[in-house]
Amino acid sequence: MSAHSQNSTQSTRLAHGGRIDRSRTLQFSFDGKVMQAHPGDTLASALIANGVHLVGRSFKYHRPRGILTAGSEEPNALVGVYRHGDQTPNLRATQVEVYEGLMAISQNRYPSLDFDVGAINDVLSPLFPAGFYYKTFMWPKAFWDKVYEPVIRAAAGLGKPPKLADPDHYANLYAHCDVLVIGSGPAGLAAALSASETGARVILCDEQAEMGGSLLSETGSTIEGLPAADWVAATLATLAQRDNVTLLPRTTAFGYFVQNFIALAERVTDHLAQPDANLPRERMWQVRARQVVIAAGAHERPMVFPENDRPGILLASAGRTYLNRYGAAAGRRVLVTTACDSAWAAAFDLADAGVEVVAIADMRATPPEPLREAAARRGIRVEAACVVTGTSGRLRVSKAMLGRLRNDGSVVSAGDVTCDAILMSSGWTPSVSLYSQSRGKVVWNAEHEAFLPGASVQRERSAGSCRGVNGLAAVLEDGYAAGEQAAEAATGAARKGGRLTATGGEASTGGYLGALPHDRNAGRVKAFVDYQNDVTAKDVQLAVREGMMSIEHIKRYTTTGMATDQGRLSNMNALAIASGALGAPLPQVGLTTFRLPYSPTTFGTFAGSSRGDAFDPVRRTPSHDWVVAKGGVFEDVGQWKRTWYFPQGSEDMHAAVARECRVTRQSVGQFDASTLGKIEVVGKDAAEFLERFYTNPWKGLKPGRCRYAVLLNEAGYIIDDGVVGRLADDRFHVTTTTGGAARVFAMMEDFLQTEWPDLDVWITSTTEQYAVIAVQGPKAREVIAPFVEGIDLSNAAFPHMSVASGRFAGLPCRLFRVSFTGELGFEVNVPARHGAKVWELINAEVVKQGGCVYGTETMHVLRAEKGYIIIGQETDGTVTPDDAGLDWAIGKKKFDFVGKRSLSRPDLVAKGRKQVVGLLPVDPKQMLEEGAQITAEANPAKGTPALGHVTSAYWSEALGRTIALAIVKDGRARHGEVLNVPMPAGAVPVKVVDPVMYDPEGTRLNG
Amino acid sequence: MTRYSFLEVAKNAFSAHKNWGRQWRSPEPKPAYDVIIIGAGGHGLATAYYLAKVHGITNVAVLDKGWLGGGNTGRNTTIVRSNYLWEESARLYQHALDLWDGLSQELNYNVMYSQRGVMMLAHTVHDIQVFKRHIHANRLAGVTNEWLSAEEAKEFCPPLNIDKNIRYPVMGAALQRVGGTARHDAVAWGYARGASAMGVDIIQNCAVTGIRRAPTGEVTGVETTRGFIGAKKIGCVAAGNTSVVMAMAGLKLPLESNPLQALVSEPVKPAFPCVVMSNTIHAYISQSDKGELVIGAGTDQFVSYSQAGGLHITTHTLDAICELFPMFRRMRMLRNWGGIVDNTPDRSPIIGLTPVPGLYLNCGWGTGGFKATPGSGHVFAHTIATGAPHPVNAPFSLDRFRTGRLIDEAAAAAVAH
Amino acid sequence: MLLISCPYCGVERPETEFRYGGEAHIARPADPSQLNDEEWAQFLYMRTNTRGLYAERWRHAHGCGRFFNAVRDTVSDKFVCTYKAGEPKPDLDALARASQEKDAR
Repeated sequence: MSAHSQNSTQSTRLAHGGRIDRSRTLQFSFDGKVMQAHPGDTLASALIANGVHLVGRSFKYHRPRGILTAGSEEPNALVGVYRHGDQTPNLRATQVEVYEGLMAISQNRYPSLDFDVGAINDVLSPLFPAGFYYKTFMWPKAFWDKVYEPVIRAAAGLGKPPKLADPDHYANLYAHCDVLVIGSGPAGLAAALSASETGARVILCDEQAEMGGSLLSETGSTIEGLPAADWVAATLATLAQRDNVTLLPRTTAFGYFVQNFIALAERVTDHLAQPDANLPRERMWQVRARQVVIAAGAHERPMVFPENDRPGILLASAGRTYLNRYGAAAGRRVLVTTACDSAWAAAFDLADAGVEVVAIADMRATPPEPLREAAARRGIRVEAACVVTGTSGRLRVSKAMLGRLRNDGSVVSAGDVTCDAILMSSGWTPSVSLYSQSRGKVVWNAEHEAFLPGASVQRERSAGSCRGVNGLAAVLEDGYAAGEQAAEAATGAARKGGRLTATGGEASTGGYLGALPHDRNAGRVKAFVDYQNDVTAKDVQLAVREGMMSIEHIKRYTTTGMATDQGRLSNMNALAIASGALGAPLPQVGLTTFRLPYSPTTFGTFAGSSRGDAFDPVRRTPSHDWVVAKGGVFEDVGQWKRTWYFPQGSEDMHAAVARECRVTRQSVGQFDASTLGKIEVVGKDAAEFLERFYTNPWKGLKPGRCRYAVLLNEAGYIIDDGVVGRLADDRFHVTTTTGGAARVFAMMEDFLQTEWPDLDVWITSTTEQYAVIAVQGPKAREVIAPFVEGIDLSNAAFPHMSVASGRFAGLPCRLFRVSFTGELGFEVNVPARHGAKVWELINAEVVKQGGCVYGTETMHVLRAEKGYIIIGQETDGTVTPDDAGLDWAIGKKKFDFVGKRSLSRPDLVAKGRKQVVGLLPVDPKQMLEEGAQITAEANPAKGTPALGHVTSAYWSEALGRTIALAIVKDGRARHGEVLNVPMPAGAVPVKVVDPVMYDPEGTRLNG
Repeated sequence: MTRYSFLEVAKNAFSAHKNWGRQWRSPEPKPAYDVIIIGAGGHGLATAYYLAKVHGITNVAVLDKGWLGGGNTGRNTTIVRSNYLWEESARLYQHALDLWDGLSQELNYNVMYSQRGVMMLAHTVHDIQVFKRHIHANRLAGVTNEWLSAEEAKEFCPPLNIDKNIRYPVMGAALQRVGGTARHDAVAWGYARGASAMGVDIIQNCAVTGIRRAPTGEVTGVETTRGFIGAKKIGCVAAGNTSVVMAMAGLKLPLESNPLQALVSEPVKPAFPCVVMSNTIHAYISQSDKGELVIGAGTDQFVSYSQAGGLHITTHTLDAICELFPMFRRMRMLRNWGGIVDNTPDRSPIIGLTPVPGLYLNCGWGTGGFKATPGSGHVFAHTIATGAPHPVNAPFSLDRFRTGRLIDEAAAAAVAH
Repeated sequence: MLLISCPYCGVERPETEFRYGGEAHIARPADPSQLNDEEWAQFLYMRTNTRGLYAERWRHAHGCGRFFNAVRDTVSDKFVCTYKAGEPKPDLDALARASQEKDAR
């Protein structure tokens, strides 16, 4: 073996081979150390080529850990990668693609990877068996929050969290296809090929950067007469040329939802040194597929032997991948240990590449003869019935102890071998995660010793090794057939019945589940089942000993299978160990649920473009731009931006609101009420419908008149209010609250469509059709008069609670004479597209009259002075019309209306209900806090039931004092009583009064 | 029962932990019990524990169709708080909170009750009004809850984004400092161990298939997949499956079962010191002792027993999390799962008697039952043992749906998580 | 996200176009005043909340706006059928038997 070049850091890079681009050399750093790599490398392959195996420290015991796999299931090689001056934690080095200048760091170690003080935990590990924390840290009690938990929290966790706001953006798109093929190994490629040949629209996705799966690491196999890797290239070229095929590399199918809805996460820029700023970092594809072919392959299992976690110990397939795909040798002296055939290929490839294979230790008594012959041809020592019983080497494996398996199951020492790498394989576990996510039930297959997909629950089929098909030729055939069948099922296209021929890649036999037997003190050694969570075989056995009989309990107690690989490496071994400890057959112990996502998926990918103003649509009123220009302050009400108040000069909110209130009552105020919900109710039975819907009577309302309307839910509580104007016998203009617009409209539709379909009524939401500008105050008539055509504005012709159609500034208009301030008031409804213009026209007149614009806060004050309730403020879904003092709004003679029956339920007619009242603090300068509670006593004992609470509290400029509205038990009977509002600084005495505190005679209204 | 302590762990270390006994027994069902509890979740196990501990009723079986703690107990976001609006609710949840404090010592099982504070964000003027109403009501009721400005909220939770220019800026927050989290599995296991030690039989993988009643109407026992088991008193604590079980006794309930999802991120070093909830933009987040960000999502709109929700629900939650904590946009989801929550029309639970003599009901906890576990078990045990509700759960009767005396936490815009 | 077939539009659309309407075939009493409190509570609040085939209401809120009914399996979330408001409630037991037979085949 020779190094690539004199200057290269790549000490274990082979001179030839691999799919990397050797014509270019890249620099990257790991923990600050600069190293070299080639385009095509992953961080893991580059580190291995640089002779680096130690890449992290384990979760609990801080044991040195190396690269174990070559895929997304990697449990150990989790690193932080820098970008934008911050680091992204927990990226798998096996998936991170090297680019020029890549900076990566190791995790969960202090001060350094080589010397980590946390490693003391490994020495103390006898004190930390599974679940030890449930049995300790209880004394003294106060220490949990103050001492134990902070220490545990600081010790736990893998990488450091990102600290800065993520500057990248993410995208989200929807796609439909006939056949979605998940996985681009031999089965997936064959399926995509045959499905797309029929013309079906195919999406093929694969989590790796390069498509081809296991074929990229194959040697010696041919497909359709081509070397496997060449066939992959040719097939991908064919697929890329087909218009009906979408190829998505670096794309993980992470979630399988009902009705063949599959979520894919595509990593778009993380592998680029200088990504185009217009590209999203990741993209979520939400795919609705007619048919799905799952070709997810199988995962190799680690062997559970003592000290199986030292750096330099890899899965055999990973060692083979690093060799064949990346030209990197896992070590110089490699021990291969296995329970199945496939690992032998790794040994042969290594030997053929010039790496010393010190031995193949196969736990089977008689490994297949052809393998032994092939080993003998290469001069490789073969040990049958042989297991590894332990390893040594502080930061890298340096020695393995071998043991001979005897017929009685016991093990005797078979000597040591020195090595700097161990490749291991316990066999293969079919990947049934996505099948299981599709809500299919896996079935135990005794022959394969594996759980395999059972019947399809959705329109999917598994193909290849994920359903236990073994051997290249069989996998290709299975994939090809699955693609054809899926296409036929999706589009009806006839199958052509083609097939692919292959040589090599023979089926692998053998395999073992569970912990290996050994001759060591079982209580003292650690054989890891779940690497990342530091779960050993002993831990699983302890859980069973403590009565955990279900695999779900074992998982939760030991945390096996809860690491970032979601148990892909560990589940079957853990299950076998539990099965042994329980003395129950493996399938009876059960299998934990496979949860989404298949691989950890970035939050930003879910959120997509939903950020900033796009987080939720912003609804703006016609005056919005004008208000922005004038420096108005907005509040969020639902999705609307409503003007809260208009500060002038140096005014604070209090001063601005006081001025707006004063000016409005003195002359005139202008308010944008466009957010109010508006519903046009039309038809022969419109009045009958409203009669049944609202509490009020409607049939007697004359055209041209309006009425305040109260809406209950069927439970009898107030849920909305508004004004309903009758424009004609068969036409009403209904308004609702801002927040209730959609709800009321849907409720109307519900009753019309499902309860009263016989009524001849049509409803239309007109909320966004009209700009609504309220003009309120003694000069209101003067303000609007210059613009109004066709409506007599005199008190006699157009009294309070009138409505008329006419023209306003030449525009079609509906004019309401209504008031939510207690002043003479109008609401001008004009087409929304002219709203901004009309707003400014009116404003010019308002200014002329010495008036002002006002916002929602002033609106709230003015209406509170008049005792008008606001839904959601005086009401909270528990208030009846009588509670709110709105008994007068109930049409008592009506046969029925929504909520009527409930009003006679026992609790709704009980004594002692809370009723809306006005409150005047005894000290007129004392402001109450909204939400404050009301009691009789000034110093109520803890647990005293409140008599009620303050619902609204303001400074009343008109009254020159503070006022409040409240709901108080038996409130109407308490007018004149002094109650208390207990506050932290002492009780505030308040007098209960009628809620109408300003102009109770209503003379201003009718002015 | 072996008493757990650090010394005991150290002692067992010398015998390589080979001598630990079972945490709970797994007996065969007896022909009859004094009381049968249907559902071995946290609430059911706590009920059995307090029946034995407080009322001396130990001839009790807890039946579960699956494994104990396998339903919502093991699927929630573990938030504990008591700052509910209505006096009745505050009393119930405070009763639970009082029991949480010291529960590890009571059970001799570390349930990791961590009083790290639960902060509820206000994003609108209406939110402020609602939260302040809660705070004042809570103060009168003796429940701690305090108001923080946006700046104070950020001081308490440094990752919080209080930029005024985000879509729904943080305008302040209500903080319950004694609120926090607990380790959900440990709660079920601790109660199971304690109850089992006092003689309660926990019978897993034993699905109830029928409720047998005498001709005079009262219950006589349950049919199960493991045969008939007699009992004069039956308590149903079946969460999302309550309607299914109660239909066996001929009862229809004011419940709808909906999927509720939660998720965790990959574990990271300490990044998040407390629990933050935003009802307005739908986000609930804390960090577990293991380092995972634990995030609660919303419920799907439809009835379902599938324990799986829609992608758009999770997506919406993560939108909100990323807006409030923009540094978490690069964090990754590790696991996403669903539970089945039983929602009542007023989003308050039902704990009490039923029209069927001998049949007791504890359900309707919706999205927020975990926090009530000790209190719920305690008052339900009282109700079953005495045949009459405890003063704390008396208002939570099934009859309130007839009288209209609802305890409407939903209408009061309280968060139900 | 469910895919729902609107019987008025005759097309399948994603769930986000629809609003759920709760259990179907609970008719509002013609004269509520004739019901006692218990009966009224039954109408207002009590739901079968079935585990299995469930007749429920949906509204194609962001489509045609129509309310319609569906039979869905609340365990698998699979729709058995959707039908227009006013059409009779299907025989759920018969549908369940048919679906079991189909699975058995």
